[in-house]
Amino acid sequence: MNDSKILGYQPGNSFIHALNATTKMIFLILVSIACMVTYDTRFLIAICILSLILLKIAGIKWKQVSFIVKFIIVFAIINIIAVFIFQPTYGETLYHSRTVLINAGYFTLTAQELFYLFNVSLKYICSIPLVLLFLLTTNPSQFAASLNKIGVSYKVSYAVSLALRYIPNIQESYWSISAAQQARGNELSKKASLGKRIHGTLNIVTPLIFSSLDRIDTISTAMQLRRFGSKKKRTWYVAESFSLADYLVTSLAFILVLVVILLFKVNSGRFYNPFV
Amino acid sequence: MTEPIIEFKNFSFKYNSQAESTLKDINLKINKGEKILLAGPSGSGKSTIGRCLNGLIPNIDQGEITGQCLVNGKDITKTSLFDFSFTTSTILQDADSQFIGLTVGEDIAFALENDCQSKDKMHQTVNQWAKELQIKELLTQSPQSLSGGQKQIVALAGVLVDESPILIFDEPLANLDPASGLKTMAIIDKIQKELNATVIIIEHRVEEVLSQSIDKIVLVNDGKIIADHPTNQLLHVDILEKVGVRQPLYLKALAAANVDLGSIQKLDKIADLPDSDQISQKLTSWTNQISLKKDKSIKQPLLKLDHVGHQYSKHQPYPLQDVSATINKGDFISIVGQNGAGKTTLCRIICGFISNEGKITLKDQDLANLSIKERAEKIGYVMQDPNQMISQKMIFDEIALGLRLRNVDEDTIKQKVNQTLKICGLYPFRHWPISALSFGQKKRITIASILVLEPEIIILDEPTAGQDWKTYTEIMDFLKHLNNLGKTIIIITHDMHLMLEYTSRSLAFAKGKLIADTTPIELLTNPELISKASLKRTSLYKLAKHYSLPDPNKFVQAYINFEQQNWRDEDYE
Repeated sequence: MNDSKILGYQPGNSFIHALNATTKMIFLILVSIACMVTYDTRFLIAICILSLILLKIAGIKWKQVSFIVKFIIVFAIINIIAVFIFQPTYGETLYHSRTVLINAGYFTLTAQELFYLFNVSLKYICSIPLVLLFLLTTNPSQFAASLNKIGVSYKVSYAVSLALRYIPNIQESYWSISAAQQARGNELSKKASLGKRIHGTLNIVTPLIFSSLDRIDTISTAMQLRRFGSKKKRTWYVAESFSLADYLVTSLAFILVLVVILLFKVNSGRFYNPFV
Repeated sequence: MTEPIIEFKNFSFKYNSQAESTLKDINLKINKGEKILLAGPSGSGKSTIGRCLNGLIPNIDQGEITGQCLVNGKDITKTSLFDFSFTTSTILQDADSQFIGLTVGEDIAFALENDCQSKDKMHQTVNQWAKELQIKELLTQSPQSLSGGQKQIVALAGVLVDESPILIFDEPLANLDPASGLKTMAIIDKIQKELNATVIIIEHRVEEVLSQSIDKIVLVNDGKIIADHPTNQLLHVDILEKVGVRQPLYLKALAAANVDLGSIQKLDKIADLPDSDQISQKLTSWTNQISLKKDKSIKQPLLKLDHVGHQYSKHQPYPLQDVSATINKGDFISIVGQNGAGKTTLCRIICGFISNEGKITLKDQDLANLSIKERAEKIGYVMQDPNQMISQKMIFDEIALGLRLRNVDEDTIKQKVNQTLKICGLYPFRHWPISALSFGQKKRITIASILVLEPEIIILDEPTAGQDWKTYTEIMDFLKHLNNLGKTIIIITHDMHLMLEYTSRSLAFAKGKLIADTTPIELLTNPELISKASLKRTSLYKLAKHYSLPDPNKFVQAYINFEQQNWRDEDYE
């Protein structure tokens, strides 16, 4: 199993890796909310560019994220088509004008609708890279520590971080079981029909589930033997104090939220309207 | 110092999930500061005794208890798991799956985190233990990336921070290469002396554990304690092998040469055996009387490896590279070497699971163009963990799976599966569900499911890891039987005696390179190779040296031939 195919935390030396997990989480939450709320195209484009630059800085390779990104793109396209089908005139209502591009009865496409859909797509491009960035550059233990810091119970925090930790492990077991099954004659390549492949995958899932259950059993025993859950609180070996960079990044997140609020006033609403 | 820290009084335990008691009327006293070996075959109840001592019974494993068990003065039925954790520290069998922290430092600190200690204090304690155990440079690494021996030490550090008076090691040697096993035992010994801790080692590899001094051996079989004696005394009683635990080899060799063990005062260390010319002579004449058969048959080349290699990632320190070798028809090959040296990687390459930098040919056919499925018809691969291979509920279906997926007609399948079941000695169980089988039987099922495809080569990844002597013999005799039927067999192993006893050729790996391709005996006579590949000499060799035999290697070979004479192929007919 190639390292670069694993979707999980990979240590690195970039500025983003060095940031405190709490900072990254606050940034992720605030900026995502800001992007969800506003339809100001200028703001969204700015954040898009910013998040793509951040991905570049963190040194994340296309190979690591290609699968999940393709997956999301497919869903995003389905979503956008669905939005269009349900209400092709929504753009006109929003932007109080109508510039017909293609005349096709119910499915008449207007510049306004197109612009609206463009904004919706931008939202994806803003938040998905940020989420990936967070997952790939944040040490799961520090993530747990930061969840705990912002008030989530430490048991839940730890469960989340263990789950994140085990994604690469389970991926690895999946590949070795899959190889063994293929050796038995379970054809999983494109040569086999879809039905056969689905049935074949079931043969991998059974041993995978059983071996994962064994693993969960062992780890929970190991944790209890070392007093996990015995107290209401716990401390964190990896807890990190805030550095100057953390304060700056957190401030930036709040500033971006403020910008969105200001844009509400400027645009008198959530939408930036270039048509009037 | 003689007050007991652990005391079982007429203690019985029955798991709720089982019909019969696992522990039956046990009486056992262990004193403070003692070092105990708890030995016994798989399923004997020795691990269950361990689970009573750390409180998993009755806190996690529900069941019926009769009698009493006191640990450090506390009744186990009235003590919480949390209270226990300050009394008993446990290092679980599989170090890999018990790591919780992402880095070594974090994992060591886990218990301290749960105690709400301040960050500074944790770092201080962790550093102190890391220094003590010489793992300071590992603190920022991921525990999964360490070698087997290092993992054990990290797991040990993680419980030492508690400074509990009782330390339990559950099969600490199961996954280690021979050199790491020795080192781990030495560290356990050192820590025990420094802390004056009570140490309980649950193991069935008696010889390896005895590389350090052990006060007492407690032998468990079928839920009962059948012997509880000081080490030396127990070794004088011929009881270990009766319950399926392998006796130290040097003792077996002495007995084979007709040396009266009863007349020797101290048996627990080779160095302490008496310097007696009489014994020397007995061993020498015994060596000479055994004829050494030389294998002169000319072998046909079957599988050719040509500059084979694979790199998992750019950061991998020692990727497997440049392996060239020719495997002949009928070979029984052992692949040995340090954890992480590339042994499993090589097997995965041969089976086509991962890409290859070089070229592999089977009978002059280039394997590069064959899919995993097609290769599997020529080369079968048995994974270490049978649970990762088994996907069906019934034995017959599991073995038939490969044939069914190849659209063989049901009549032929029935005939082939039944034939395979007979070869594997599993025919009487053919209608059983797999869940009812023991580990050794499951292993045989996975071998059978590969065998049914009639491959020319079978590769097994550590087929005997963690198995007791009985299961070990069962699996290895079966493989030898297959080898006699003409199958080429390749096994990955850490067991030096297995390598000597069963295989005729060894490939040794170190740091991603093939460093030796020779006979097992030759390999173990080369001190440089031994140290590079993390191997160790068997006690037979040490025994021969101790008695200054003229040719220690010949003695080792003689003993192996002697054991092989006792082997009978008919067992499978």
